[in-house]
Amino acid sequence: MVMPGNFPRAGNGTDGDGLGEIRAENVVKAFRHHDGTEVAALSGVELRVRAGEFVSLIGPSGCGKSTLLRLIAGLIQPNSGRLSIDGAEIAGPDWEKGLVFQNPLLFPWMNIRDNVAFGLRARKVYRERKNEVETFLKLVGLEKFGRSYPHQLSGGMAQRASLARALVNRPRVLLMDEPLGALDAFTRMNMQDEILRIWRERKTTMVMVTHDVDEALYLSDRVVVMSPGPGRIDTAIYIPFSRPRARSDPDFLHLRATILKILNFGGQSREPNYQI
Amino acid sequence: MTKLRVWWPPLSALAAVAVDLWLSNSSRQPSVRHPFLLYCLLAAAAALGLLAAFGRRCPRLAAWLENKAVFYGTALLALNTYNLATKKLALLPAIFFPAPDRVIGVLALDWRYLLFDCLWSSAKLLFSGFLAGAAAGLVTGVAVGFSKRAGYWVNPLIRTIGPIPSTAWIPIVLVAFPTTFLGGAFLIALAVWFPTTVMTSSGIANVQNAFFEVSSTLGADRRYQIFHVGIPAAMPFIFIGLFTGSCSSFITLMTAEMLGVKNGIGWYINWQREMLSYANVYAGLIIVAASFFVLITLLFKLRDYVLVWQKGVIKW
Repeated sequence: MVMPGNFPRAGNGTDGDGLGEIRAENVVKAFRHHDGTEVAALSGVELRVRAGEFVSLIGPSGCGKSTLLRLIAGLIQPNSGRLSIDGAEIAGPDWEKGLVFQNPLLFPWMNIRDNVAFGLRARKVYRERKNEVETFLKLVGLEKFGRSYPHQLSGGMAQRASLARALVNRPRVLLMDEPLGALDAFTRMNMQDEILRIWRERKTTMVMVTHDVDEALYLSDRVVVMSPGPGRIDTAIYIPFSRPRARSDPDFLHLRATILKILNFGGQSREPNYQI
Repeated sequence: MTKLRVWWPPLSALAAVAVDLWLSNSSRQPSVRHPFLLYCLLAAAAALGLLAAFGRRCPRLAAWLENKAVFYGTALLALNTYNLATKKLALLPAIFFPAPDRVIGVLALDWRYLLFDCLWSSAKLLFSGFLAGAAAGLVTGVAVGFSKRAGYWVNPLIRTIGPIPSTAWIPIVLVAFPTTFLGGAFLIALAVWFPTTVMTSSGIANVQNAFFEVSSTLGADRRYQIFHVGIPAAMPFIFIGLFTGSCSSFITLMTAEMLGVKNGIGWYINWQREMLSYANVYAGLIIVAASFFVLITLLFKLRDYVLVWQKGVIKW
């Protein structure tokens, strides 16, 4: 991966430019089934993500980590509690909360450049900020692929394009739902460095859902461990290591073991939750 | 073997020339002023012979020729057989099966009337109906696809009116509309409207919801999503609707012209049938076939242009 030069860090007055502080206060979310029964997805979640912080949400499936992310994105509304960014309540989805999914979800009928330009066009600021499309294509190393169509890109390239598409809006926060889950191990490690580089470059507040403990430890300032039934925050662990981090460092491995233990994969046998 | 294959079409054309030139004509087929088929066959033999001799200099032409040579040679053989069965031996009833000479004769002598009067009139009717129906179909399809309320009112209409073949409305429409042109255009529009509406709305219903979620987190409002996410994503479906619609518009055009509209190529075919001028009927049919072939080819080209992003994704 080529390290590009300097990128403009100062946004214009209207954009968030990654300085958003996220607060979730006593957030409760339940989903209604077809038969009318309600299933609690999140019960009383309290979370504060400081401006410019990188936080990973980790936990077994069903712990509500994706639900929490979708709540922050404004795609769904909580049953009770309050969610806010920089003090303003989250009312619905908009460009201030950029979201990247596991599937890159590039629009297949547009080339990569138009995909990245989508947000600027939708917000009717494209004319003034056209050249930022190239800036962000370059940021993710796709400056030569602007005219390619999504189906011509590899999985890793498509995911980088999808990051550029979210970042070109200069969102206040960037939310990522298992962004690297569909990639092979090598591409994945490259992309982790890529995300880290973008985060340091842009200082955007980032919240990432993952179920890879190593990934969470490698990237985050703080790892938030969630547990299911109903979904809640178990522990939040500060990762004190400076970056770039060595994946085989003994302290790193120790913290890894700690988190795995919290997640119930510590190696010591515990009573199973259910019996067959 | 493949080298010889390219000589099959010119040889087949020459064989047809020989049959036409040296076998005596049956007295039961009316004679024509000029040996039109002979002119055509000689031109074909010359052109195909030149292609066979020099075609391999251009690799793309050579590949095309090798692929198509057998087909064209056999098609000429079929024409030769038909000529033999009609003009030479009169094996088929002469009144319903005119010799190729007579059909080509109609095309050669009456082409101005056929193209500038009949075909032009049909084209005006077809295009006004098709464009109106396609536009209306897109609007209702998008409305039903995006709005529950539009679906509530329009869906019953689609289910009841849609499946009725639009030609079944002819008795009502020809009375209800002030001119037969308007009536015919309405029928064609109806025939195009139904498949376009259904395919557009189901195309939009099939767009992954995640595309709308992504676009909303990128700052797109509802309106922007409809025009820049929903409709482009539904384009492959919309084209299927337009193809189905164009086929039923051809059927409707021909039926409307045969039953009520007093001009156009369909009316011409029916009129000549009533006069038992079957050579003119065949000439009309050839013109219909050629025009619809051109229209469908243009629609395919348009689809390839609009859906260039689909290359390698879907084939149909």
